[in-house]
Amino acid sequence: MQNSKIIIVGAGGAGLVAAIKAKELGASVTVLCKQRPTNSQTCMAQGGINAAINSADSVELHIQDTLKSALGKADSKMVELMCRAAPEAIEWLDKIGVPFSRDSSNTIAQRMLGGASAARACYAQDYTGLKILHTLYDQCLRVGVEFVCEQMLIDLIVEDGICRGVVTLDIRTSSLQQFHSNATILATGGYCGLYGEYSTNASNTTGDGIAVALRSGAMSDGLEFVQFHPTALKNSSVLISESARGEGGYLLDSNMKRFTDELDARDKVARAIYDKMIDGEDVYLDITHLGEDFIDKHLPQERKLSKLYENIDPVDKPMPIRPVAHYSMGGIQCDNQTQTAITALFVAGECANHKVHGANRLGGNSLLELVVFATIAAENALKAPISQITSDIDLTNNKEFIDSLFNENATINFYHERRLLNSTMYSHVGIKRSKTKLTEALKIVEQMSQRVEQMGVLDTNKTYNTELVEFLEFLNSLYLSRQIIQAALKRESSCGAHYME
Amino acid sequence: MTIYIKRDNLREYEIPLENPTLLQALKYIKSELDRTLSYNSSCGSSVCGSCAVRVDSKERLACAHRLVGGEVIEPLRNTKVIRDLVVDSHYPLSFNQKVQTWLIPQSDKIELTQESEAATKLQSNCILCMACFSACPVYEVNHNFIAPFTFTRALRYLKDARCKDEIPILSLLQTDGIYECTLCGECSAACPQDISSKDDVVALRNLSAMSGFVDPNFLSSFGGGLEF
Ligand SMILES: Cc1cc2nc3c(=O)[nH]c(=O)nc-3n(C[C@H](O)[C@H](O)[C@H](O)COP(=O)(O)OP(=O)(O)OC[C@H]3O[C@@H](n4cnc5c(N)ncnc54)[C@H](O)[C@@H]3O)c2cc1C
Ligand code: SF4
Ligand code: SF4
Repeated sequence: MQNSKIIIVGAGGAGLVAAIKAKELGASVTVLCKQRPTNSQTCMAQGGINAAINSADSVELHIQDTLKSALGKADSKMVELMCRAAPEAIEWLDKIGVPFSRDSSNTIAQRMLGGASAARACYAQDYTGLKILHTLYDQCLRVGVEFVCEQMLIDLIVEDGICRGVVTLDIRTSSLQQFHSNATILATGGYCGLYGEYSTNASNTTGDGIAVALRSGAMSDGLEFVQFHPTALKNSSVLISESARGEGGYLLDSNMKRFTDELDARDKVARAIYDKMIDGEDVYLDITHLGEDFIDKHLPQERKLSKLYENIDPVDKPMPIRPVAHYSMGGIQCDNQTQTAITALFVAGECANHKVHGANRLGGNSLLELVVFATIAAENALKAPISQITSDIDLTNNKEFIDSLFNENATINFYHERRLLNSTMYSHVGIKRSKTKLTEALKIVEQMSQRVEQMGVLDTNKTYNTELVEFLEFLNSLYLSRQIIQAALKRESSCGAHYME
Repeated sequence: MTIYIKRDNLREYEIPLENPTLLQALKYIKSELDRTLSYNSSCGSSVCGSCAVRVDSKERLACAHRLVGGEVIEPLRNTKVIRDLVVDSHYPLSFNQKVQTWLIPQSDKIELTQESEAATKLQSNCILCMACFSACPVYEVNHNFIAPFTFTRALRYLKDARCKDEIPILSLLQTDGIYECTLCGECSAACPQDISSKDDVVALRNLSAMSGFVDPNFLSSFGGGLEF
């Protein structure tokens, strides 16, 4: 029998876990990604990955904390599944070589993050995501996963409600490629990059996979739930990890006074800061009292980032911060086996809504989610009883679409429109929303969509045309923004990160 | 300020920003001055490794380098330029596959110790930005020379308490590898993560010697044929 062919789109933590698992189960696996695997946003996670593995903690507490933070918007069965699988997930990561930090008795060290009733986040110094991502990448090479990099997903091949592969733009040549599969796993990450400079995310985290899936017939779930991280550096939006507060950092207002419980749920802390900002105050994250030695041992990356991007050494001075968009709780709707509304299309990681974060994600739960659900996605993808199509499909429509984006006579600079979209989403679809603001945002977005015809790609060179890539990302952002606003308008009362005034 | 970017020829760009990072300047050029400029970037916070270029002949992450004006920006060296500041990464990264820089998971649980974690901490900070590869002078004469970051990765796994057998990786480092390195330290100077692949090469030579591998230069200094 021929091997099952699995296409995985996305090479962040979720994509790589799925790739290793599917390969180990005997599938032939190809991973497609926009850049190189190790460029994926997963590398940015600093704080840690949750699992109840010490005697002061229990799986029950992990479940309780997660459900409490989710405010009724998570599925308790899924939360239970994830939390129970957590110790094993950590054990697996440890076994394949992730260098988790140890305590003096050589057991995996854990730190406290917001909303947790015990120190639960395992970390690898403050480079948790980086070290997990690179270790996974090395393991992919070991087991023989095929990578085709610099491929941008632009469409799914769907016939009679069945996904039979994907269509990509080969960024190196601007030509179209098609990849056929028995099953496909989307692991393309979240959509908070569409908040642009008001986001901690990588600039290309524009929800492409979600946009493509929705256009092809998948359903969305909970898009209105966008988590705002309380502490990004004020000028650059570079994240200062929650571990800075977990280790004892204070939030201070203009008068250098503490004003809120630093380790409260993220949405509450973000709103407390936002209120101060609306009153015209500056807000600071202060770790000076922890001392240089402690900071260098436990928060070296935070120090480096603050010095580099804000020109402030947090050993001497509090860091100016603001809350910005950070994590997409919503995503592609799927069942408890990660199967979407499209047969043979599975989802894993931040692009999916696995119903474990609800209205408010706990720090450290998303790295966990991606390991647990990418594993499930891989197992199910292998079971998909779908045969491969044998001949190439006609890509004329896709080709016409790409050709139509080149517009040397464009009169509107889409980069300017993108900035307007970013700021509109932050001010109107942000930390505090209202029906009026959302309606206004919808109008702005709709008008922008009408202007798209006057925008376009000016650069006609087909080799590594990054303007084309960025325009496609902008179109995905625009499309998703409308979906997010519509979802937010439907939810009239406040719930967690979706706060209505 | 004015900066110069090496494309098909050297182009001059006027950047009206105050004390910008190079990445901010590149974004400004792209959106306001010249849509045809190609470069890569992603996280904007020094950790994804996608934006390394050369600034006045020194490897830098665009997102982490503050401009003062007058700089000449070039793509990384030693690999094919695809367009402008974008280079091929396939060839440099192939060295990790070649040297099999990964851990072979064991069925019996081996604990990583605090000591071993500390010993590999620096090496596992590598972001695969390829700056060291670009800075290394050996590629002028040897295209098969193992990438500096591959040495670092090899050492990361070799020093890990969970690595059971060091011989496979060590044996793959013996040709076009640790002995061809001139220990010039260019890779260390280029690394944004303060990793020294040069020091790692020295450590790998020691490990090799301890495992019974013989330095071919040592052999030849005895005139080749060694008879005891
Ligand atoms: C600054 C920061 C800190 C964080 N800290 C933590 C933490 O401490 N703990 C925690 O649990 N979580 C943390 N998170 C969240 C967590 O890192 C993410 O939720 C998680 O890494 C997402 O992984 P992923 O694999 O789903 O997606 P990503 O890592 O975003 O990967 C997406 C992949 O899809 C590819 N892709 C995207 N679009 C396309 C396309 N059109 N075509 C082809 N490929 C495409 C990309 O190239 C990439 O390879 C943090 C997030 C950020 C931004
Ligand atoms: S020290 Fe060795 S690896 Fe580093 S740049 Fe010099 S020759 Fe290359
Ligand atoms: S060793 Fe340093 S310079 Fe080389 S790839 Fe890694 S981070 Fe970059």
